[in-house]
Amino acid sequence: MTSNDGGGHMVKAESVHKHFGKAHVLKGVDFEVEPKQVIVIIGPSGSGKTTFIRCINHLEKIDGGRLWVDGELVGYEQKGDKLYELHDRDVARKRSEIGMVFQRFNLFPPMTAIENVMVGPIQVKGESRAAARDQAKKLLDRVGLTQKMDAYPAQLSGGQQQRVAIARALAMQPKLMLFDEPTSALDPELVGEVLDVMRQLATEGMTMIVVTHEIGFAREVGDALVFMDEGVILEAGKPREVVANPQHERTRQFLSKVL
Amino acid sequence: MSTATKPSAPGAGAGQGSGSEPIKAIPARHPGRWVATVLVLAFVVVFLLAISTNKNFEWGIVGQYFTTSAILRGLLVTIELTVIAMVIGVVLGVVLAVMRLSPVPVISGSSWVYIWFFRGTPVLVQLLFWFYIAALTGPHPALGLPLTHFHHFVYHLDANRLITPFTAAIFGLGLNEGAYMAEIVRAGILSVDEGQTEAAQSLGMTRLKTMRLVVLPQAMRVIIPPTGNETISMLKTSSLASTISLLELTGTAEQIFARTFQTVPLLIVASLWYLAVTSVLTAGQFYVERHYARGHLRTLPPTPIQRLRAIFTKNVTTFHAGVPPPPAVPGGERR
Repeated sequence: MTSNDGGGHMVKAESVHKHFGKAHVLKGVDFEVEPKQVIVIIGPSGSGKTTFIRCINHLEKIDGGRLWVDGELVGYEQKGDKLYELHDRDVARKRSEIGMVFQRFNLFPPMTAIENVMVGPIQVKGESRAAARDQAKKLLDRVGLTQKMDAYPAQLSGGQQQRVAIARALAMQPKLMLFDEPTSALDPELVGEVLDVMRQLATEGMTMIVVTHEIGFAREVGDALVFMDEGVILEAGKPREVVANPQHERTRQFLSKVL
Repeated sequence: MSTATKPSAPGAGAGQGSGSEPIKAIPARHPGRWVATVLVLAFVVVFLLAISTNKNFEWGIVGQYFTTSAILRGLLVTIELTVIAMVIGVVLGVVLAVMRLSPVPVISGSSWVYIWFFRGTPVLVQLLFWFYIAALTGPHPALGLPLTHFHHFVYHLDANRLITPFTAAIFGLGLNEGAYMAEIVRAGILSVDEGQTEAAQSLGMTRLKTMRLVVLPQAMRVIIPPTGNETISMLKTSSLASTISLLELTGTAEQIFARTFQTVPLLIVASLWYLAVTSVLTAGQFYVERHYARGHLRTLPPTPIQRLRAIFTKNVTTFHAGVPPPPAVPGGERR
């Protein structure tokens, strides 16, 4: 089953292309993430960074290149030299192993915080309610929301909602977590509590890909910083080095604006 | 929850108002409002006098006929017709809406054509069409319509009536309703934020599970109010079935006044029954809406019963507000 490539890497991208109509959003992205690494992607809006991490769990279909997660192709299966599109069910099964946290939280409004965290394990993994509830309690405790278990999302602050969203993703026990600008929709004073949870997660050894504008977080937690612009990766390296001494003029310009 | 807006007077018992000085101001005058109130009241009194004293209304006869068995039987037929036609309409509506959103052109296209046709022709015409369909096709299923087959079967059972007024009314009203419900359900599905679908899918839910567990429950919030509207509308539209000689409420009233010439009282009897059933439906709609508002509102609106209780026991609210203060008061004393 495992394809010839991607072995050992948690994520491997090879010349990934993506179009939205006429717009060429990803123009050949090459990328590798090792297990337990924290990769931070930065770049101006429209650079394709969000599109790229959405490709990793197949919320977007790639048009060219190859993309592997944990040694398996994303969205396709290769038999001989032919690619077969995966069925909805198989795509869903693979997605269940990748956690995703969205900019706009996307909690399910009719469910309480704990129900949001329980619904995945119960409906997708077929766990019992009791087991799912136990786990959800632990996760909410871990993100500091024991008090808010029975609150509906509308009754929570943005920072609290995002922490529930992280707990919801963790409930599936993913091997990889994707963060799509997790703090961009938050009031400045709420950013810290979400970054704290993410920092904690990184020290526990979770493999993470984080799209963010929080350079401080990147410098402190990231194993690598990737700068994307106009659909390609322009520069990548140790976060401190990239920030202190950007090699590319575009990177320099961008960093001077966000720092 | 509801105690959020109480910035001042932390120690004072909320009901007493002894601590903080309540504002005593002379209210602004609104003479225009008083004039308008008096005018409207006067109009209402004149109107009530007119209808209660007008001999043509014959309230005695209204009372006489209000609960006669013929009228009650007609009412029952009306309710049956409404319920069955709405069930057909809702089921058909969900199917048509999902078809409309299908990526397969033939499936979404046929749904579009169905809606186009049934919304584009009058219900009355559709009712008549179903009633006279036997006359159109004859005993042989020559037209190839799906139901010619069916009434061919009925034909053998009952040679006189190929299709009864009741079945014609159900087909006419139900199939027409399906077209309207389809658009309501589709609007509901489209109203759910795409982020919800993405979040569900990122957890590993299949398309079907996402629709069933995440999208449809949230779409209900948008679907319920117009569906209540449609049900109330259906209750009254079902009176059109009287034109195909079905003895529902209006038809029954007509049949009686054709004999007794007590036209106005019998129309009032029918109207009062329609009003009564509409009131029941409206109340039902309130509770269903309240159920699906869960999670979208920080606090649910009070039910009419809760509202009544709040009026009679005004202290209840202040008691609720007063629950947190007691520990605060001794705290203040300690200092």
